[in-house]
Amino acid sequence: MDLIDQILIQTINGIVTGMILALVASGLTLIFGIMDVVNFAHGELFMLGAYVGVLTLSATGSFWLAFVAASLVIALLGAAIYLVTLRPLLGRDPLTTILATFGVSLVLQNYALWQFGPAARKIQEPITGHFSLFYLDYPYYRLVIAALAGAIMGGLWLFLKYGTYGIWIRATTQDRVMAQAMGIPVPWVLAGVFAIGSAMAAASGVLYGPTVGVNYAMGIDWVLKAFIVVVVGGMGNLGGSVLAAIFISLLEAYASLWVSPSQAVIVSFVALILTLLFRPTGLFVATPK
Amino acid sequence: MRDRRLLIYWLGFAVVLALLTAAPLVLPEFWRRFLTEILIWGLLAMSSDLLIGYTGMVSFGHSAFFGLGMYGAAAALLTTRPPSLWLALFYGLAAAAAVAAFVAYFSTRLRDIYFAITTLIFSQIFYVIIFTSTNLTGGENGLNFRRPALAIPGLFSIPLTPAALHWFVLAVVAGSYLILRRITQSPFGMVLQSIRENEARTRAIGYPVERYKIVAVMLSGLFAGLAGVLYAIQNQFAAPDFVFFLVSGETVIYNVIGGIGTLVGPLVGAGFFLVLREGFSRFFTEFYLIPLGVIFIAIVIFLPQGLLGFARRWLNR
Repeated sequence: MDLIDQILIQTINGIVTGMILALVASGLTLIFGIMDVVNFAHGELFMLGAYVGVLTLSATGSFWLAFVAASLVIALLGAAIYLVTLRPLLGRDPLTTILATFGVSLVLQNYALWQFGPAARKIQEPITGHFSLFYLDYPYYRLVIAALAGAIMGGLWLFLKYGTYGIWIRATTQDRVMAQAMGIPVPWVLAGVFAIGSAMAAASGVLYGPTVGVNYAMGIDWVLKAFIVVVVGGMGNLGGSVLAAIFISLLEAYASLWVSPSQAVIVSFVALILTLLFRPTGLFVATPK
Repeated sequence: MRDRRLLIYWLGFAVVLALLTAAPLVLPEFWRRFLTEILIWGLLAMSSDLLIGYTGMVSFGHSAFFGLGMYGAAAALLTTRPPSLWLALFYGLAAAAAVAAFVAYFSTRLRDIYFAITTLIFSQIFYVIIFTSTNLTGGENGLNFRRPALAIPGLFSIPLTPAALHWFVLAVVAGSYLILRRITQSPFGMVLQSIRENEARTRAIGYPVERYKIVAVMLSGLFAGLAGVLYAIQNQFAAPDFVFFLVSGETVIYNVIGGIGTLVGPLVGAGFFLVLREGFSRFFTEFYLIPLGVIFIAIVIFLPQGLLGFARRWLNR
């Protein structure tokens, strides 16, 4: 159990958590980059996604069905939240969207507490095999999560790059008025983007559910981390978010070799502050002169 | 014309002050305590209004200042015998000021959403530090202490009964309101408001905007720390929950509900929110935040000026 082994294990752990975090954060950054909405309720969508997963899993017994159902249900919920609370705020100061989504997050979190109670629920992992990694039995499932998260983000990237609707989304980001003039139904594009972002949060919730318990407060930690990642990676920059997520998770994983995990969080806070001070547009974006 | 308006304003102020002073004599124990609490949260909200309403910077990190005020007071009350109210105030304010200076130095380099996120992260840093240093702060359990007496050594000493505490809190909050009002009307406050209206132009005129912002955050943090000290004295404990960012979020909610840029509005917002919370918690038990959240969202959308927004000009006269 020497240091090198531990560092290697923490590297793998860091990358696995980093991929999930990247999935959460890329939903957030998609929503911010395209709609100028800072979605405080993103963590709650993550949490509710995990709960929908728990319910579907106990009803049908299929993890993958639960995964799909959670993504679809939360996508619809996201679109509904957008239409009810964010549509009316379009064109106002982006800060008002923080306030509105903060209200949404309070409502959703307490709704979950009311419906599901304070006790943590468990999602059974679909793949139970282990392989030996130095002195540990490392579950295969963790590698599957990382791969799936990577696949989803790759799919999103391809969709934005080549899909017709993806091109609509990018056009809306660049110039909302011009996109509208070209016949792109901008309000629907925005609702769609919010739905996609929400679905990604839900998907990560279900994927990550088996490794920790599902409980009503699990969203808070994730939304804070996702905020850090989004800022470190550059607001609205998808690739930057992915890199930043892995970077931050690795930092925390290494830090937890020496301090307790709850204190390791401070490392990522410090990383955020340093980024804001020296490269306020994000670590992986050239700072405009 | 102007004189008459001012007269009405001060008359209104005197009436409200008189009502609040008389309140503990007529209210039952529970509501007396509740009113004192509203005043304390109102002071916290007012302190953050200096940033949100007057400088145009939304802070999501006021829980850090509030919490450090609490723990500062706790430190004074636990280490000195007999516990001294003035020392508690001094320690609490010093702790809050130190944290505010630190936060202000870094966060004021950023604007808008970035400022909000940075202050949020800073408050979480202090939360984690306080939560994990169990030896010093009691960790999750927090610290308990006794309420000090209101005393000047050699002159007099009054035990802080609920009524006496209410009057003490009222005096501090009313005094803070007058000071904050004076600050917002001073040349310094005018510069802050010009930063809110047009930062680039303020800079172009030649005001060192960063320095003004730093001082604004520090002042705001100082008053938030004062609220923290009062809350610690009232409830006789300090707990990490009060450093958690949900407290900051609630502070912003009070501001938005009551109307930013009015100073009185945040206090009214705190009262409105807490009374509703009390009412809802009887019907919905612990899920009172669901209807409150809905009301808050509705206010953000339909009443962006808040409850007292209509009186904004008049209150700043």
